[in-house]
Amino acid sequence: MVLYIFKRFINYFFLSMIATCLAYVVSSLALDPAAKYYGRNPQPTQQTIDNILNGLGVNPDVPVLQRLWEWLVNIVAHGSLGNGVNGVSIVDQIISRAGVSLRLLLIGSLIGAIVGVTLGVWGAVRQYKLSDQVVTYGSYLIFATPTFVIGVLLMIGATVLNGAAGMQLITFTGEYSAGLTGSWWDLALDRGIHLLLPTIALALIGAAGYSRYQRSVMLDVLSADFIRTARAKGRSRNSALVRHGVRVALIPMSTFFAYSFGTLVSGSIMLEIVFSFHGMGEFALNAISQSDINAVAGTTLFVAILILFSSTLSEVLYAALDPRVRN
Amino acid sequence: MSLLEETNAELGAPDVLVTPQPLGVGVPSGPPARPRSRGRLIWRRLTQTSRFWVGAIVIGLILAWALLGPLFYPFDAFGRDPLNMGLGPTQLHWFGTNSIGQDLYAQTLVGLQKSLVIGLIAGPLGTLIAAVVGSVAGYMGGVVDRVLVWCINLLLVLPSFILLVILSPLFKGLSWVFLTIFIAGFSWMIMAQVVRSQTKSLRDRDFVKAARYMGVPMPKILGRHIIPNVASLLIIDATLGVVAAILAETSLSYFGFGIRAPDVSLGTLLAEGTSAAVTRPWLFVFPAGALIVTLFAVSLIGDALRDAVDPTSGVNRD
Repeated sequence: MVLYIFKRFINYFFLSMIATCLAYVVSSLALDPAAKYYGRNPQPTQQTIDNILNGLGVNPDVPVLQRLWEWLVNIVAHGSLGNGVNGVSIVDQIISRAGVSLRLLLIGSLIGAIVGVTLGVWGAVRQYKLSDQVVTYGSYLIFATPTFVIGVLLMIGATVLNGAAGMQLITFTGEYSAGLTGSWWDLALDRGIHLLLPTIALALIGAAGYSRYQRSVMLDVLSADFIRTARAKGRSRNSALVRHGVRVALIPMSTFFAYSFGTLVSGSIMLEIVFSFHGMGEFALNAISQSDINAVAGTTLFVAILILFSSTLSEVLYAALDPRVRN
Repeated sequence: MSLLEETNAELGAPDVLVTPQPLGVGVPSGPPARPRSRGRLIWRRLTQTSRFWVGAIVIGLILAWALLGPLFYPFDAFGRDPLNMGLGPTQLHWFGTNSIGQDLYAQTLVGLQKSLVIGLIAGPLGTLIAAVVGSVAGYMGGVVDRVLVWCINLLLVLPSFILLVILSPLFKGLSWVFLTIFIAGFSWMIMAQVVRSQTKSLRDRDFVKAARYMGVPMPKILGRHIIPNVASLLIIDATLGVVAAILAETSLSYFGFGIRAPDVSLGTLLAEGTSAAVTRPWLFVFPAGALIVTLFAVSLIGDALRDAVDPTSGVNRD
């Protein structure tokens, strides 16, 4: 089993590294970091601009493959992703922001997965009953709503709620209240409240997808012979459903987790921007608007590593659930 | 288990139904008892579901509204009404006006048109790419197959939204047509895997072998024998692809990477309306409502199609 997971990890590792290199090449071709210096008044001399661009390793006159090579060597040799256009090391910037993003992403997708799987099983067991219909149409409604609209609608809802309560129950702009002082507990609570709405939004998106998928897999499992066998040998309905049904239905789900993780990553990036979090989403947005090639490459590397870990994790889950893989 | 079987299960891919090929020999003369065609069967199942009719009627109304609405409305999308700036919905301005006096009803219609056009082109275009890549990979096998599958996996590593954002400077100054092509270019991978795995099982069927041994060239085999047998899957994918494409367009435009001024889409309208979403909700709620109703209706059709194509998924429970 370890060998199997290791093989899959190596496979994903190469895929994500190549994808990152491609993203580096594409962003080098798509972005023009020199343009903003030419637009300055007084315009810096060509020598100055070249010096700045060379210092960042983004001079468009150097062949892109050579720059990619230097970028890679820099990662391996110095653990550095270069500097951003603001002169600050990309690694430092990512470290200071990654926590904000990961907090939202991990909590949101975990809640989404748990709620989604539960609703999916419930819907399959109670197929075509009212609760199943409500969950089904609810998830279609969420599918039909762009992520940022969910975010903004939650904001409007929170504002109405705050107005009705006559006090600031839910605060939602930024990741913490600026200037708030107090004990560690107060600060943590403040951050938790700020995290509430984007987490709900992300969990809704995750739950909508997972519940649909879990429901259809579970329905296939429910009609399988081994469930009838389990019932025939005297297991109670619930025990047969959970021990034999849910466990088997989770096997294909584990691959779906990996597949859908990309959707959740882009969803959480959008939500960060909507809720003005200083996370990786804002970082990527600024990077594109400032034509910061190193920052864009750093962001894609960050995302690729996330995907790499989630894919490997889903393989572990898969191997744990399916005994056939382990041998 | 590979990812392919995964997506198959997700889409509820049916066992491919093959219409028997008349052989000409040993077939009794007289009117043959023609089996009911698969297409007609699906159509009959489809028209029996209420979801399909709700979705179809709503989307029909939306299309008619987007196309004909501006004809029956006195204001255009960009003119300003200096007497009624930042006003809520009134009898004069049905959806209200924005802070510089532009009429939101007219703007919503224009934005809806653009979003619909992009979705209706990009969705089917993505399916077309999926059909070509998937069937070629599955039919040819060997090195071609491996290379194509590798490319698909590579494109699936990074979320397509992020790739589109990185590429956005490329279509910055270009028209919305390029945005449409880019969206289609990043939305075919999963369906291509499904088509590929179906093709792999089809290529060893007798009727495909017969065509191959008779010397029918590959493009013709793919077009005549392979693609028609996965057509139902492709139709579902094209329908749901419209939803995905409109979502991609509005999201990109909302964050400033898609449609740009002077063009208007639902995404740009929502971006303008967000800052005032709490104080002047009509600026956000009406375009958002139009968008959600449209996408909901299309997904209902897609879902009804999926059930019609594969009615066995999970209903045979006692």
